[in-house]
Amino acid sequence: MTSPAPVAAQSPALIAALLAVDPARLGGVVLIGPHSAARDAAIEQLLAPWPATSPRRRLPITTTDDRLLGGLDLTATLAAGRPVLDKGVLHASNGGVVIVPMAERMPALMASRLAAALDDGKIRLERDGVSAALPARIALIALDEARDDEAGLAPAMKERLAFHLELSSLMPVRDWPPAADAGSIALARERLANIRMPESHLAALSEAALACGIDSLRAPLMAVSAARALAALEGADEVDADHIAQAAALVFSHRATRLPQAQPAEPEAPESPEDAQADPPPEYAQNEADDKTPETTADETERLLEAVRAALPPGLLAALAAGATRARQRGAEGRAGARQRSASHGRSLGATRMNSRGGRVHILATLREAAPRQALRRSLQGTPGKLRITRDDLRVHRFESRRSLVTVFVVDASGSAALHRLAEAKGAVELLLADCYVRRDRVALIAFRGAGAEMLLPPTRALARARRCLAGLPGGGGTPLAAGIDAALEVCARVHRGGDRSAIVLLTDGRANIARDGAPGRERAEADARVSARQLRAAGIPTLLVDTSPRPQAFALALAAEIDGLYLPLPHADARLLNQAVRATAQDGKARA
Amino acid sequence: MFPFTAVVGQEELKLALIACAIDPSIGGVLAFGDRGTGKSTIVRSLAALLPPIQVAEGDPYNLPPAPATATPKTTKSAKAPAAPRAIKVPVPVVDLPLGATEDRIVGALDLERALTQGIKTFEPGLLARANRGFLYIDEVNLLEDHLVDLLLDVAASGENVVEREGLSIRHPARFVLIGSGNPEEGELRPQLLDRFGLSVEVRTPTDLPTRIEVVKRRDAYERDPAGFTEKWDKETAKLRARIAKAQAHLGEVESDDALLEIAARLCQQLGTDGLRAELTLLRVARAVAAYAGAKKVTVAHLRELAPAALRHRLRRDPLDEASASSRVERAIQELLGS
Repeated sequence: MTSPAPVAAQSPALIAALLAVDPARLGGVVLIGPHSAARDAAIEQLLAPWPATSPRRRLPITTTDDRLLGGLDLTATLAAGRPVLDKGVLHASNGGVVIVPMAERMPALMASRLAAALDDGKIRLERDGVSAALPARIALIALDEARDDEAGLAPAMKERLAFHLELSSLMPVRDWPPAADAGSIALARERLANIRMPESHLAALSEAALACGIDSLRAPLMAVSAARALAALEGADEVDADHIAQAAALVFSHRATRLPQAQPAEPEAPESPEDAQADPPPEYAQNEADDKTPETTADETERLLEAVRAALPPGLLAALAAGATRARQRGAEGRAGARQRSASHGRSLGATRMNSRGGRVHILATLREAAPRQALRRSLQGTPGKLRITRDDLRVHRFESRRSLVTVFVVDASGSAALHRLAEAKGAVELLLADCYVRRDRVALIAFRGAGAEMLLPPTRALARARRCLAGLPGGGGTPLAAGIDAALEVCARVHRGGDRSAIVLLTDGRANIARDGAPGRERAEADARVSARQLRAAGIPTLLVDTSPRPQAFALALAAEIDGLYLPLPHADARLLNQAVRATAQDGKARA
Repeated sequence: MFPFTAVVGQEELKLALIACAIDPSIGGVLAFGDRGTGKSTIVRSLAALLPPIQVAEGDPYNLPPAPATATPKTTKSAKAPAAPRAIKVPVPVVDLPLGATEDRIVGALDLERALTQGIKTFEPGLLARANRGFLYIDEVNLLEDHLVDLLLDVAASGENVVEREGLSIRHPARFVLIGSGNPEEGELRPQLLDRFGLSVEVRTPTDLPTRIEVVKRRDAYERDPAGFTEKWDKETAKLRARIAKAQAHLGEVESDDALLEIAARLCQQLGTDGLRAELTLLRVARAVAAYAGAKKVTVAHLRELAPAALRHRLRRDPLDEASASSRVERAIQELLGS
């Protein structure tokens, strides 16, 4: 076996060939990196092995269902006088390649449509009076332009695309080997059905996936298909150890959530190439940290939660979101996360009679109203052929646009927030999360301690995940308060860019001792924190500062004033203090409202 | 279609579906869990598994053939149309496609006939097609709220009422609602959860031999779908016969008051809301007993799907998805012994 050890892809050539040989089982490839000449060259290479006549389409992430899946072709219907099908992008790309730019911002709805197409190889269309089953066997190239700190491609997509190409880790373009041509791909496709795969190889791939901490069973199945495609390209009759090693490297390395432990001697189990891995994913780092966290007993935690429960005024988040304290929230219109009936944009709620306010004509509904009357109108008017529509027939769209709220929780996990306070803070966050659940908002989670702040969870609707993330949060280290606030600001800026609103809940004891640049020192740290607070105030984001120190800290209070947000001290379980705190907060809230 | 009997593991989901096939009044199954666990595959394979039903040929609502009434001789006039003959068809398992619009789900004006002939007729939708069968909603947590509400209402009432575009139609729509989804993509509303009879957590198997077997079978199926399915035909036929027998004998299964008391106590201990939990528990227990070929329902039958009937009905911390199942298990152990 003199073939080189398997490595992660250094050029798109091999992946391009494999994808063209078996697109149905391999799904596609994620191309990670910003828009650049190298990326264009990569896309060219990925498309090269496909026959010139196969469709290639760019799919903007703003594509709506009716363009994506298809529906009624209105113009043709009106011209022909009977329903004519409009086939949609997915069916039009059948047997070809679909490229999705800015794939990391793909809405969940679109991701689910694409996922279904990748799984079934066809679209079942039941829209706008049309019922059809259309083949849609496509290969997907997802262009992921997310920066390091942003959420990447939706998991439903990542799961179904076998390969990853990290542009920054590829060789320079001029060193790339040429892509395979359509002829050799066609030959390989023919050989594919007859390639033998010993069962031991199947088992080895399954085991390797498990060892890498890959939960999904799609991964080993895709690796099996990749191995077969590799063998087919080489002209071999049977899949051998090199093939599965290479397949595992290509399919598993970017999905691994842990490095495999040293396995007992297994001649065929391929080594996962550690060197080719990107930075270890946050889950891995989290698992390690978990081992070092000491635990409170279950009873203690319950007691703390009770105390927190009693102290938090109800509807706190609602008050925050309603902007009771924020007069100048950017783009404030309507209630947070509330539904707005709109005449022009949002999600369609169907059609209604047109009134004086007008609106966008819902052509299909209008057609349905007018159609049965055509015979009568024709007989009255005499001239055949034209479709006659009167004002009474007109129907307009009713839309509903929803601007959701993202609540960013910024948790102080430093050593000064001693362990039991952290537990209380976590309890407070849990209760606030429950509030979010009720209104189906999204949450994001940022923790700061030691050198800086870390985004634990990008804005997500999966509140159970948020809770789990929070539960596993360890404590210790200095308090980089400024960094925490800065990180929150960044997340909010991104949320606003996406068109949603945001609110911040900052849990800290206010004992800032790490400045923005990471240097220790109380004075500088506090000064930096104030600067960040002022930026927060300027951004106009509603903020709640929960003071988790045993006695309400002057600095925390001052910071809340700088931010111009709500201040809430989290008291010990003391009945008198509890009452006072609750009353004080209620009065405070009233005063500001 | 990948055969139901060839699916490795996922015993709880398979049994839940079989129970709903035996007794449709149980109220459907919600399968939630990890990606790539074969949820959709299992549900879609039901059509090939279940015993076929008798319908009137060409009937858009899958209605049973009209009973052979003794027609008086006087109506043997030339105008009497021939009654549609009875045929056997597989149980309808209708997949609600993603992106389906309301008019195709509920049914609407037949546009073609309206445009070409100028008459108003009703074109039945997916709910009509699902009558007497199953309606499967994949990614139920992504479905628009108003569509979910509509489907739940129809599932509960068993009838589809259409008032639109000048049409006024009512037709039977009795089906078992099956939903699947991944909670990581979004929480399910509590009202939605409660309407499903059973809920099942679907997880990818963690032990290596099972995982290898899943990969092996899936690979073999993809290489040769027809051959693979044929290998499992015998198993499928056996299971089909067993289900048919259970359906036939469901009415004869006896349950005594002691069992009712146990069910009530279990629900009381867990603090389930309302009485739906008890009713579902009992129905499911009887279906399981019928499936086992027993004449009487025992505690063992009750236990089998008790977690599925109860885990989504606990007055619970909505963020605490793990503890629901374990709370049910614990309560069962305490009450019924391990």
